[in-house]
Amino acid sequence: MTTAAKSYDSVSSEFSPWTDSNATPLIQFQNVTKRYGDFVAIDNLSLDIYEREFFALLGPSGCGKTTMMRLLAGFEGLTEGRILLGGKDISHIPPNQRPVNMMFQSYALFPHMNVEQNIGFGLKQEGKSKAEIKDRVEELIQLVQLQQFTKRKPEQLSGGQRQRVALARSLAKKPKLLLLDEPLGALDKKLREQTQFELMNLQEQLGMTFMIVTHDQEEAMTVASRIAVMSKGELVQVDTPAQIYEAPKSRYVADFIGNVNFIGATVDSIAINKDAQEIEATLSNNTLVNATTTEITEIKQGDSIWLSLRPEKIAVDKAEPEGDRNKLKGTVIDIGYVGNVSTYHVQIAEDVIVKAQRVNRNRLRNRQITWDDEVWLHWNEDAALALDK
Amino acid sequence: MKVTRFTWFNATSLTLGFAFLYLPILLLVIFSFNESKLVTVWGGFSTKWYQQLWENSVYLDAALVTLKIAVVSSTMAAILGTVSALVLHRAGRFRGRTLFSGMIYAPLVMPEVITGLSLLLLFVAAGVAKGFWTISLAHITFSMCYVTVVVSSRLVTFDRSLEEAALDLGCTPFTAFLQVTLPVIAPSVISGWLLAFTLSMDDLVIASFTTGPGGTTLPIQLYSAIRRGVSPEINAISSILVGVVTIAVVIAAISSHQAERRRARNEHLANS
Repeated sequence: MTTAAKSYDSVSSEFSPWTDSNATPLIQFQNVTKRYGDFVAIDNLSLDIYEREFFALLGPSGCGKTTMMRLLAGFEGLTEGRILLGGKDISHIPPNQRPVNMMFQSYALFPHMNVEQNIGFGLKQEGKSKAEIKDRVEELIQLVQLQQFTKRKPEQLSGGQRQRVALARSLAKKPKLLLLDEPLGALDKKLREQTQFELMNLQEQLGMTFMIVTHDQEEAMTVASRIAVMSKGELVQVDTPAQIYEAPKSRYVADFIGNVNFIGATVDSIAINKDAQEIEATLSNNTLVNATTTEITEIKQGDSIWLSLRPEKIAVDKAEPEGDRNKLKGTVIDIGYVGNVSTYHVQIAEDVIVKAQRVNRNRLRNRQITWDDEVWLHWNEDAALALDK
Repeated sequence: MKVTRFTWFNATSLTLGFAFLYLPILLLVIFSFNESKLVTVWGGFSTKWYQQLWENSVYLDAALVTLKIAVVSSTMAAILGTVSALVLHRAGRFRGRTLFSGMIYAPLVMPEVITGLSLLLLFVAAGVAKGFWTISLAHITFSMCYVTVVVSSRLVTFDRSLEEAALDLGCTPFTAFLQVTLPVIAPSVISGWLLAFTLSMDDLVIASFTTGPGGTTLPIQLYSAIRRGVSPEINAISSILVGVVTIAVVIAAISSHQAERRRARNEHLANS
């Protein structure tokens, strides 16, 4: 049996400064609190971000992720605590003196300036010479492939072109940290997916530190080296995308990222395996199940827990699988067909419905399982995660 | 859509409507070319009243004074009005904000007679010599709020992140205003300025309260001339004003038409 905790880390083994205790973080939030009157937007939050990271802040609207970004840019002052950049306290430095640049959600392109002037704006403020500005702007225009559009005004550009102008403008001053506020929110799905990979390549190529704010979990999963999931002004979990998905530490995180089933269970026995727990539990219909935790938790024998199961990890079959564990019988009450996969909603008990996903390898007309069929759901013994109830 | 056909009813109402609007102006223009000194009796075509007007320095001087006052007061009103619009829009909820914004808009609804009278009392009490500067000041106070209204309505749709982007890229708040905010809101400041300019140009009531030596504006001059009887000379000067306004309106129409075409072209470019 594999251990749940550490095995997922292999994906990012080449680059993981957060596991290195000697690495010095580029950005440090130290007990930062931000209040607007009585409303607490950021609550005593501490966070380290390392150089060359592509860091994603993820959470529902109003969770404080945009406030975090605005604190870093300097548009908002913090109430308590401090923010360090490269070891230097920048809490009270105005935005125009911070080596931090931002790409805005609305792009915020200056409508009265053309593409070149927009990109060169920051360099002009620094008092760079005309020749220097021209060279750097040309370089950036090459980078984002806008050679044909240099003399156009923002209103003469399409959404995707504007997005690239905004990106080039925020890169112009070679900031130590680039903030991206929902940078792809205004693009359509195809273009967004393509641009995500462009952003990743760019970040790697330039060796810069990026921080992205998004509410789109797929976007965060795709681009980020680490994701911070936020809720009500607090960090719920900071981990690599794989860890966030495979080893969420709470029901909130598991539920926020992707689809998940929660099934109630009672703990029978616990075994310690390195720094995780392996649990044997019983469901309310006396089915025996296995579950793992991602760290040593306070779960004890006899506790009620949530069994967290991703739909794609559950198999649906008409025949009863072998063995006496990790399987459930039920009736198909709904099928969600999205082309490549179908999600089967299977009723296990009167008030328990489990979602299971199946890749559509057969044509739709040859579908083997249909509405009202009796089916068996089963999963591998390391598929289920135990979460504190 | 169905094309409305010609009917006698439509033709008559159209004619009557336009006649009601433009007949007085047309008569005024026609009689400005009247040979006879009598305003209502046609005595043949002549341009002598225009010549007389050109030689009569009283009207030219008054026109010049009016123009100077209009330029000074509308420029000051544009600056102050823009500043107050920015403050109202930006300062958030400071103490007395509602009172302040209410007071800014008060001159819009205040009867002109009251504004004029109160300013007269103020100038007398302060012992200020009335004339050019008192009229200018009076015009600034009442036209400033119009600028505020125009600029405020623009600021509602102004994307604050433009300013933040400027700060982010190294501007101080002041240079961000000069390089980004002002150019973007400039059209509304200019239309506010134009509004203040026209208001100042044709104001009679407030000007007559606050006028003094060296402060005789064209409306005041015309009004006092009319009290001595309407002369064809007044018809002539009014015709010139009508001509100037017509040209201005035509230019405005053409430029807005061009702006619309430019916008359509840009949209086409962006989508191609």
